[in-house]
Amino acid sequence: MNLLPDLYAYAIQPFVEFGFMRRALVACLALAICCGPMGTLLVLRRMSLVGDAMAHALLPGAAIGFLLAGFSLGAMTLGSFAAAMLVALASGLVARFTPQREDASFAAFYLIALAAGVMIISLRGSSVDLMHVLFGAILAVDDAALYLIGSVASVVLLVLALIYRPLIVECFDPAFLRAVNGRGGFYHLLFLALLVATLVSGFQALGTLMGVGLMMLPAVAARFWARSVGALAGVAGVLAFVSGYAGLLLSYYANLPSGPSIVLVAGAFYLVSLLGGRHDSVLAVHLRHRAHKES
Amino acid sequence: MNAAVRIENLTVAYRRHPALHHISGCFEEGSLSAIVGPNGAGKSTLLGAIMQTVPVATGRAEVAPALRASLAYLPQRMDIDRSFPLSVLEVVLLGAWREAGIFGRFSRAMHARASQALAEVGLAGFEARLIGELSAGQFQRVMFARLLLQDARLILLDEPFNAVDERTTDDLLRLVRAWHAQGRTVIAVLHDMAQVQAHFPQAVLLARELLAWGPTAGVLAADHLARARRLALGWDEAAPDCTRPEAA
Repeated sequence: MNLLPDLYAYAIQPFVEFGFMRRALVACLALAICCGPMGTLLVLRRMSLVGDAMAHALLPGAAIGFLLAGFSLGAMTLGSFAAAMLVALASGLVARFTPQREDASFAAFYLIALAAGVMIISLRGSSVDLMHVLFGAILAVDDAALYLIGSVASVVLLVLALIYRPLIVECFDPAFLRAVNGRGGFYHLLFLALLVATLVSGFQALGTLMGVGLMMLPAVAARFWARSVGALAGVAGVLAFVSGYAGLLLSYYANLPSGPSIVLVAGAFYLVSLLGGRHDSVLAVHLRHRAHKES
Repeated sequence: MNAAVRIENLTVAYRRHPALHHISGCFEEGSLSAIVGPNGAGKSTLLGAIMQTVPVATGRAEVAPALRASLAYLPQRMDIDRSFPLSVLEVVLLGAWREAGIFGRFSRAMHARASQALAEVGLAGFEARLIGELSAGQFQRVMFARLLLQDARLILLDEPFNAVDERTTDDLLRLVRAWHAQGRTVIAVLHDMAQVQAHFPQAVLLARELLAWGPTAGVLAADHLARARRLALGWDEAAPDCTRPEAA
């Protein structure tokens, strides 16, 4: 039997052979570790779409960085972080001082940001540059970008661990946190900053549009497999990494763009979970109904 | 008797709509009071003013300094996300927040206290259950177990028996009376007048303004309630901040 050598050749050889595949895989691992818990908390806080809006809001900042310094890691990172935080703060302020709700002002600001970003890039760059910013280039991740992604993932995990308890309580019972601690708004803001940091680091690899896929799809899929917050984050992290790994192989063998491959694999995991997951999936609900009828 | 909460000329308005006008009064330390009134009378707003979570236009609601660090608040049901994936034990342990804080671990003694509190509310053995699996009554029992763990001197309850079954209500009322017997100050927003009459010695009748405050029998007198209903019928949502609607 030569099954094992075959498996090795198919599943591992590309990563041994090519440095760019190895770096892409490490980037996926770092992103998955921090996207798991972040995505889970976004879902639990009913902010699933805020991640998407924030990812669009990065664009004008990244574009201005690109305009000033070309494809410079530092300039684009700083620019996108600043732009997304600005959008987050502006929509928070509008929600606070006008009757407009936060989701509405979020939508308004991120659409403005998206259009402004595309406009700025097209002022100087080509449509190839635009595609690069929107969809990323995980196979072009260099050492500097890898360090950035790794550092951001570490810091995000560390800060999440520090503010875990108030963050959970602020979401479950905000009035209780106010009564015992009094600073719910502070933790919300810190969480938004972590979200932006995660998206900024993901944008190096997967672009502004695809990056959020690795965060949300595994987290939403995890709801069909796990119940407690910790297990949800763990399952989401593992699913995100497996999506990254399988997506890279898919793009390698089928010669497909890597970002969409990764996100589509994550999407496939979601659909499978939706149909056959352990809790509340189509299959689980059907089985429960049948058991109910028979008893 | 000392004042646990003193309300002085308190006025609250949301987005320029009137909510409470010129309320003054005092919850004595160790008292057991119900806040009653028609829908939209500002009952929850009064608790919010005490908790300092609503913007106060004039006047103030002041908690006695000695009680500020020993204040527990149970929000209305709809303000809590009951589908959140937390276990019963985790929720009850939150009652030990003031000791454990943000980073501290929940000690074995706290776990024991949480289990004991669960037993007291009739949910012994429910520790590992997820709160999403509980009935409305069971969930409210969990909230009361958390209050037991908080061991507060001043307890504010916002519609604690809303949508809760009768047996649970009876059990939880027994806890409220026990708190009263222990000398704790309890203030509850309620709508069931018979319940207030039977269990709450003090009452506050609100209809955006203060109609009566004192011993329950006097506050719930027929003419007071009739006046509250008349005021509620005359409420004009577009009225400016602080005009008193004329009673017909």
